[in-house]
Amino acid sequence: MTDTPVEQLSFEQAIKELEAVVARLERGEVALDESIALYERGAKLKARCEAKLKEAEEKVAKITFGADGAPSGTAPLDAG
Amino acid sequence: MDLFDERPEPAGNAPELSVSEISGAIKKTLEGEFGHVRVRGEVGRVVLARTGHLYFDLKDDRSVLASVSWKGQASRLSYMPEEGMEVIATGKITTYGPQSKYQLNVEDVVPAGAGALMAMLEKRKAALAAEGLFAPERKKPIPYLPEIIGVVTSPTGAVIRDILHRLRDRFPRKVLVWPVAVQGQACAPEVARAIEGFNRLTPGGALPRPDLIIVARGGGSIEDLWGFNEEIVVRAAAASQIPLISAVGHETDTTLIDYASDYRAPTPTAAAERAVPVRAELLAQIEGQGARLTHGAAQTVALRRQRLNDLARALPRQEDLLATPRQRLDHLAERLPAALRAATSGKRLRLSEVSGGLRPGLLRRMIEAERRHLAERAARLRPRDLEMLVVRGQERLDHGLRRLSDLATRRESERTAKLRSLDQLLQTLGYEATLNRGYAVVRGDGRVVTTRDEAAATKALEIQFADGRIGAKSTG
Repeated sequence: MTDTPVEQLSFEQAIKELEAVVARLERGEVALDESIALYERGAKLKARCEAKLKEAEEKVAKITFGADGAPSGTAPLDAG
Repeated sequence: MDLFDERPEPAGNAPELSVSEISGAIKKTLEGEFGHVRVRGEVGRVVLARTGHLYFDLKDDRSVLASVSWKGQASRLSYMPEEGMEVIATGKITTYGPQSKYQLNVEDVVPAGAGALMAMLEKRKAALAAEGLFAPERKKPIPYLPEIIGVVTSPTGAVIRDILHRLRDRFPRKVLVWPVAVQGQACAPEVARAIEGFNRLTPGGALPRPDLIIVARGGGSIEDLWGFNEEIVVRAAAASQIPLISAVGHETDTTLIDYASDYRAPTPTAAAERAVPVRAELLAQIEGQGARLTHGAAQTVALRRQRLNDLARALPRQEDLLATPRQRLDHLAERLPAALRAATSGKRLRLSEVSGGLRPGLLRRMIEAERRHLAERAARLRPRDLEMLVVRGQERLDHGLRRLSDLATRRESERTAKLRSLDQLLQTLGYEATLNRGYAVVRGDGRVVTTRDEAAATKALEIQFADGRIGAKSTG
């Protein structure tokens, strides 16, 4: 269990830590007090993972270029 | 015939031309005759001048043809000529009057056949590999769940459609498409610029920087895909700080960007699959983990409760623990007063028995008897007897000392006499005494000489007489 706030974890970090938390709890080797802390951490990690999964939105744009050829903005892309 | 006329033969009808005139005429003839030619040969030395003009030689086993592409032409060549490459150059013959030279003005260069193209590709690949651009340790891991995916491809066509469809199916993401030409002259520079451009974007900016790049193109001929073999594209892919998936052509086509990319996908669809996980599977996985988490935590508590119950059952009751000692205490407490009484009366009985025999009159009589006994003994003690003992002892000591002294004196004179007679005997037996009788000892080189031969062999002799030594010499 790390002390990094879950809000700063990427999805991959969060799910990896969640798996580790679950594995420790299931082995039943942790002290009771710690198991409560572990559970709370696990619940936060799960919420973080779910939030990242809910962020799944599609947004497709193509880059537009200014007169100098440098990218200047985006325009909707209709790829059909 | 005038023998003295040294003027040359008149040139008939041929007009007299200036150098520039003939030079111009040759140029016109050559350019007219060879206005469009295709020349096959091996590329010799290649020089890109600072002006942007490209000079190179085309040669075969007997001849060399100087070739030049002007700045504008050079940038439009299908392939940059490289030394040793077998090519077909297209252009026209022209001349360079100032040096009386003719040359091929090259408009395009293509490798002479697929074999030459592949040979060139292998050579380029080996050179880039030697630089370490394809090294496995350079490969960056592909992010598990990228937030923004940058796609470098044509904005129209099946490739971008396939990628977007597959992304939508698996895990819809933000996609930024950087449109590029995927074949022809513009392809390589545009693709390289796109990769570099994505890398230059700042995370969270108006144009957010992607955390994954896909460079994709559909299938085509080796010439169609050639842009993805160009060095600038390979270098841009290798230098990309953003992890890069290449998906160029079909599964069987391999271009050099595939070696420099962090992951080579066989098709654009496969690239999208590698780019994102399946959202539905992840949701199920998270659900599963959540259930296990709850169960695990509950189990932790349940296991402990069970253990507590088990232990509590095994723990004996307080009354049970105390019953036996308490009973023993009761029993002993009951016996205590009786035992104390019994012990006291026993001791008292013994005391009265012993004290019965103790009477002061008896003691007094015993003391009186002892005192009389002492007075008798004291009367018999007299000092004169002791003095007699001392005088007798003194006489015996004096007598003994005298005898000891006489004995020691006698022994010493006996030993002196014996030593003297032994010394006389020694004098008689030693060789020094014989010297007095006329004998002598001969020595040579520090040793006693006893034979004539020894004496003859010794240089310096020494003779000892009774009264001293003298040197001598052997005379043979």
